[in-house]
Amino acid sequence: MTAPVINGWFTVDGGTAHLLGTRCADCRTVYFPPRTGFCRNPYCDGEDLAETRLPRRGTVWSYTNSCYPPPAPFVTADPYVPVTLAAVELAGTGIVVLGQVKDLTVDDLRVGMELELTTGPLADGPLVWMWGAPGATAERQNGESS
Amino acid sequence: MSDVVILGAGMHPWGKWGRPFVEYGVAAARAALRDAGLEWTDVRFVVGADTIRNGYPGFVAGATFAQAMGWNGARIASCYAACASGAQALDIARTRILAGLCDVALVVGADSTPKGFFAPVGGDRPDDPDWLRFRLLGATNPAYFALYARRRMALYGDTAEDFAAVKVKNALAGSANENARYRKTVTAAQVLASPLVADPLRLMDICATSDGGAALVLASAEFARRHGASRPVRLAAVSTVTPSFPSTVLELPDFATDSTAAVPPPERPFRAAIAHAAYEEAALGPDDLSFAEVYDLSTALELDWVEDLGLCARGEAAKLLRAGDTALGGRIPVNPSGGLASFGEAVPAQAIAQVCELTWQLRGVAGARQVEGARIGLAINQGLFGHGSSIIATS
Repeated sequence: MTAPVINGWFTVDGGTAHLLGTRCADCRTVYFPPRTGFCRNPYCDGEDLAETRLPRRGTVWSYTNSCYPPPAPFVTADPYVPVTLAAVELAGTGIVVLGQVKDLTVDDLRVGMELELTTGPLADGPLVWMWGAPGATAERQNGESS
Repeated sequence: MSDVVILGAGMHPWGKWGRPFVEYGVAAARAALRDAGLEWTDVRFVVGADTIRNGYPGFVAGATFAQAMGWNGARIASCYAACASGAQALDIARTRILAGLCDVALVVGADSTPKGFFAPVGGDRPDDPDWLRFRLLGATNPAYFALYARRRMALYGDTAEDFAAVKVKNALAGSANENARYRKTVTAAQVLASPLVADPLRLMDICATSDGGAALVLASAEFARRHGASRPVRLAAVSTVTPSFPSTVLELPDFATDSTAAVPPPERPFRAAIAHAAYEEAALGPDDLSFAEVYDLSTALELDWVEDLGLCARGEAAKLLRAGDTALGGRIPVNPSGGLASFGEAVPAQAIAQVCELTWQLRGVAGARQVEGARIGLAINQGLFGHGSSIIATS
């Protein structure tokens, strides 16, 4: 039962993690992180942006790691384990989402391979969304509906 | 449109000097004024490119420099546009001259930087994506550069050796530049033996953060004639366009790209669009360039820029590099100054420093790093949050 590091960007529902975006009711553009108030498509006047769950799987656009501890406000584990990052292109939305990668290193990753959304804890406790091997399960989260 | 010309260029050498940024800016401004044969009191408009890591004086850089040089009653502006700050400052000065509101303007940028990774500005700011990317992901600037580098390897077959060759090329050019911070030549083996920072990029693939200052004196062509400047370098274009929606390349400091669910991707991604607008304004194209100064925040990024400028087809920049086309003496030298690889980045000064190099190359006074017969030069950069710039100058 862990709190998310940020509210409203992802949820864990019955052990399954979902990124929360918003979708414009007028032009159907999808946003992540979730945007409210007005659509950012310059050809759209829409102001009705409703929460939507994003596809949970996508293909790796690119990946890397941080061999040195990132500066604050990132909180580093002791001893530091390199953070792996992947930018994943979500099926059907044309949107690429950056996230930490769980339980995989750069040696396990390839551009174009499929990853699935999961969650994991930051070094100081709170949960963040992460990309993982398809089939991995998410950490439980406070207030999840199941 | 009447011309705006570059009458003077000046720099304070890049380094890690640990002194206040204002000292570098004033030194550069004085050098630029000497180069132009003008006095500070001749300047009717001064623009400072801001620095965000040096307290309040950095946010009002125009006034900070003007006060340090002695209040002269000139009109003034200060501006911030991330890595494009210096170009934006130059554009403000150029526009004021074009509008006929002044004859002579001074543009100054300088920075004093902390050691190590650029970290976000202090304080808890959960609404600022630049703070959040560190808090949630530990995503440093080199991490984004590395994503682009890895993608080049996957799509085009670029190798770590190619990236190292960019550093070797730029270090060789920079060894002939008295304003560069790094003056030593390097070997590919040294680059490949330097520690990994963000896979696949190593320490020597990534530009450092530096102290430095650069300044330019701009004038109307009419003033330059009266002043007796023969054939001054001319500003042919300044492009500062935004990306077009939907932006499909993951940019610093974003968590995601725009979605293409409703609107297809634009004809040109951001970096290519910056160059295209400059070409269009100057009525020139990639084949007209004698050389280019590009923002090589990483070695791999230089290869992206070469393609964004249209110097070759997408995916073929490494081929140009391997053929020696982008080296000094090659068909289209890229970063004859040594680039950020030799300078490190001094954010508000860097775009101005690029134009200093254009000026010296186009005057034919760049010494050992002179591009033979240089007539048209282009400088380009990209910063955070959708700011970028490109400048074309002609002899």
